[in-house]
Formats: sequence, structure tokens, C-alpha cells
Amino acid sequence: MEKTHPYSSAEAIAVELQGIVRMFGGRTVIDGISLTIPRGELFGLLGPSGSGKTTLIKLMTGIDRPDAGSVSMLGEPMPQLKMLQVFGYMAQSDALYNELTGKQNLEFFGALFGLTGQLLKNRIHAAASLVDLTDHLNKQTAAYSGGMKRRLSLAIALLHEPRLLVLDEPTVGIDPVLRQSIWKELSALSRQGITIIVTTHVMDEAEKCDRLGLIRDGKLIAADTPEAIMQKAGCSTIEEAFIALGSGGGGEK
Amino acid sequence: MRIRALSIRIIRQFLRDKRTLALLFLAPLLILSLMKLVFDGQSVSPAIGMVDIPAVFTEKFEHLNAAITVYESPDSAHAALQAGELDAILQLSGGKPELMLEGSDPSINRAVLLLLQTAMQTGSGSAAPAITYLHGGPDMAAFDSFGPVLIGFFSFFFVFLLAGVSFLRERTSGTLERLLATPIKRYEIVIGYLAGFGIFTLLQASLIAWFSVDVLGLYMAGSIGYMLLINLLLSLTALTLGTLLSSFASSEFQIIQFIPLVIVPQAFFSGLFNLDAMNPWLQKLSSIMPLYYGADAMQGIMIRGESWGDFQIDVYVLIGFSLLFALLNVLALKKHRSM
Repeated sequence: MEKTHPYSSAEAIAVELQGIVRMFGGRTVIDGISLTIPRGELFGLLGPSGSGKTTLIKLMTGIDRPDAGSVSMLGEPMPQLKMLQVFGYMAQSDALYNELTGKQNLEFFGALFGLTGQLLKNRIHAAASLVDLTDHLNKQTAAYSGGMKRRLSLAIALLHEPRLLVLDEPTVGIDPVLRQSIWKELSALSRQGITIIVTTHVMDEAEKCDRLGLIRDGKLIAADTPEAIMQKAGCSTIEEAFIALGSGGGGEK
Repeated sequence: MRIRALSIRIIRQFLRDKRTLALLFLAPLLILSLMKLVFDGQSVSPAIGMVDIPAVFTEKFEHLNAAITVYESPDSAHAALQAGELDAILQLSGGKPELMLEGSDPSINRAVLLLLQTAMQTGSGSAAPAITYLHGGPDMAAFDSFGPVLIGFFSFFFVFLLAGVSFLRERTSGTLERLLATPIKRYEIVIGYLAGFGIFTLLQASLIAWFSVDVLGLYMAGSIGYMLLINLLLSLTALTLGTLLSSFASSEFQIIQFIPLVIVPQAFFSGLFNLDAMNPWLQKLSSIMPLYYGADAMQGIMIRGESWGDFQIDVYVLIGFSLLFALLNVLALKKHRSM
């Protein structure tokens, strides 16, 4: 969307977290996490429910503000309003207006990102065909199945061609065939240079990521390629590695 | 066994929801106290202006607990009546007594007439006075008097609920979070809500105004345009207040709980009931209630045919309330996005 020039060194980093801490009512949810995600990486955040994945994502995107530490995205200090234009965000809940049709939902969020006219039409068409919803766009969202809602939600996140895509458990409630096609799409987007940060607790999905961050009790217990993590833990699967590293590293406070 | 399980579950849920619990026990007490304050205050003494009335007669009225002011000229008395300082003027014109009632409130009219009757009975038989009305007339029913207040009240009530619930749904369905992950500014959300709902509140205000005047035949002395304006402003106030308070509710049920706390007290102070009977320091409470200003302007326009100059203060205050609530809304949204 901006002029294409070779990325400066700062811009080669998509997201950088330095010692961030977030507390809710005296409880430490994120406990001193530092993490650097380079551009174009497909980064997976893996961790049990309640480990702080969603909070970490909200801190990365500037929706929430850390109590300590600093966050920067594409070289810009966060939180910053203009950066909201740069990334696409898909939350755990589908967050759709059920009274509207799929198309009306897309039109609404497209307009919020400043898309108008033919460009908006083209983007809606592109995003809808990506998630295989073109035939259902004129249906009221309330009549969508769970999987269709999830796909529409993903289409909305892709609408404004974000340079960074942040997806909070994108494949929950989606059947295996579609799950595979979504992951294929994510890999393709990642190859185009789009940075993707995705949370999951499905282990076979985790293996598809370039790099994994394992989170437990608000601490980052490992951040490496799936192979390296398995090697380090001396296990043959991510699942075993996660359990091994989790019990050894981050104990309860 | 299942019945026990179900009732225990309900008790547990109630104990968790402290606010509902408080409402269940405290709201009735609040409303009963308000009712006592409104209906059980000091007795109302009508304010009557006297022009050229013999002192014996004036004393008799004072004896009957009327607030008497003696005026030198009919003109100054008339001005005071116009300004709402008096409820009636009693004057002698050509040797005959004449009573002019302010007329806006049928219950006060009745009180003055009763007073006059009593004073006449005890006195020497003078001629029965000719009765005229500044506003309205002898046929004005009670509904004509509180109808304007009810119009304002119901617009306020429904818009408040609607706005509160739909903004709450935006939050609980996660769409607010998604909305806030776009470059939309917080004030844009508030203004967007105002504009979107504003169209419907405008339609609602027009429909209500037309229906009450043309179909129900409510007494209407002023301009319907002014009436629409006030109704719209009242709805905007309800809209901004509703969305603001929805930030402090976590379910539709909790929005409903705001009715006895926010809506009902306003009804008591809006002029449906005569506030003169209330403790003066309690009367001051009405100055923080948007509905009081809306109702005051509506009554002025519909019954007394007031023009812009007479009710413009109400307009400014309502705009002020809307702006204040909208601003607080923008601030409250900060809770959901740090920028």
C-alpha cells in the first residue's frame, strides 16, 4: 500500500516485544516476554487455554497496553492508531453482525479500513473466494454454519490486504478439509511476505509454522523452529516437547 | 432432586450477581421513598395576584393559605402571570370580580377555584366572578396537561433501552473488539451511533408528535416544529446516556436494571407530579435530570404556546447533556482500546 522500497533494518522486523508485563487486578498474565518476529514469518503461539496467548496478541497489536516493557510493529512504537490499518485481526469470537448478510459485513469492515467503490468490490470478491464463501455472500450471517462464520471472519481480516495478519485460533470449529485449505492459504500469504501470527493449541497445525513460541503461565518458555524445539526437548512430537518443556521450565508462582 | 438442583443453581447465580441482588431489595425502597417525597410533601398553596381587591377579601384568602401578592396595576399582575410566577389573578373590573387562571395545570386550576368558592361562601354575598384562562381552558383535561410530559418520557425511555441494549450487544458479541481493531477513532464510533440511531429517533419523534396531536387530539398551542426539536433532543440525550450506561452493564438484564435507577426517578421529577409540594432542596434534584428540561419545554410549547425565547434554556441544557454523555462515552471506550 505504500511505496515499495527495500525495507530498512527496522522494517525487517514485524513485531518486537521487549520485557513486556501485563497485570490484571494484581494477577500477572504476561510475565516479562521478549520476542522478535521477522517479516514474512509464519509464527505460531502455542499454549494451553489461559496461558496468556490472547493477551499477548492484544499487546502486540496495540489494542491493549503493557504495564511494563515496549512493543513495536514494523519499526513503529505501539500502540499507535495508524498501525491498525496495517494489520488484520481475527479474534477468537467470530464478531459478526448476524442481522446483516455476509456481504454487508464485509462492506462495513471494508469501509472502516477506508476501502471504497471498485476497490472494495474487488477486495470483497478476492477475500470471499479465498475462504470459499462467494456463493453465500447474500445470505444473512445468522443462517451461516459455525464454519462459515469463522471463514467470513477470516475474510474480514484479509480484506484490507494487511502486511501483518494476527489470528487468534482461526481454525476452531472448522472441518479438516477447510482447515487444510486455510493453512495452505496462510502459507501462501506468508510466502508473499505477509507476516502471520497465529495462536493455536492444535499440535499438527503448530508443525506448519516457521517458528513456534511456547507460552505457559504468561512466560515464553521456548521460541524456535518446530524441529529445534523437538530436538531440544528430545522428543519426537511437538506435543511431547511442549509437555516436557512446560513441566521443566515455567512452574506456577 | 432436580427441583432442588435447579433452585440451588438459581440461588447461586443470584448470590454471584450482587447488582441484581441489590436491585431486587433496594430499588423498591428507592421508588417508594420517591413516591413518599412526591405525594406526601407540603400542601400546595396557590399563588394569587390581587389587583384592586378590598383588603378584607385579601386577608380572607391569606387565611385560606394562599400566597397573595398585591399588584398596583393589572398590567404588572398580568406580566407575572405570564412569567409563571402566579397561578391566578383576581381583580375588580367595573365593580365586578374577575378571575384569570394560568391554566396549564388542571389540578392547580381546581385548587384556585375551590379556594375562591370557600372565600366567597364565608364572605358577604358578592357576585360570582367571571373566570378566564390564560392558557388552555375549562375543558382542558388532565391528559392535556401531562400528555406533553408523557410524550417526552416515552421517547426517552424506549430510546434509552434500545441504545443501551444494542451497544451492549456490540460488546458481548465481540464486534466492538473487532471494530476497535480497525483504524476507527473512538469519537467516530460515538458519532456514528448518534447518526445511525438519530435517524430512527427523528422518525419516532415525528410519529409520536403527529399521533398525539392529530389522532389523540392533545391540546396543542405551539409549533409542532419546536415540539419535534425538543423530542429529538430528548431522544439524543437518552441515546447517549443509554450507550454510556451500557458500559457498566454486562448483560441485557443489567440494562433493564437501570430503569428503576435512571428512568423512574426522572419520571417523578419531570413534572408529571407537582413538584411544588416537595421539599425545596429535593426539588433541586430535578436540575440534574434531562427529562425535567425536556418535559418543561414540551409543556411550555404545547400548553402555553411558548416561543423560542421561552424555552431556549431547555434546548441548551439538553444539548449540553448529550455532549457530556457523548464525551464520557468516548472516554469509556478507552477501557476497550488503549488509544
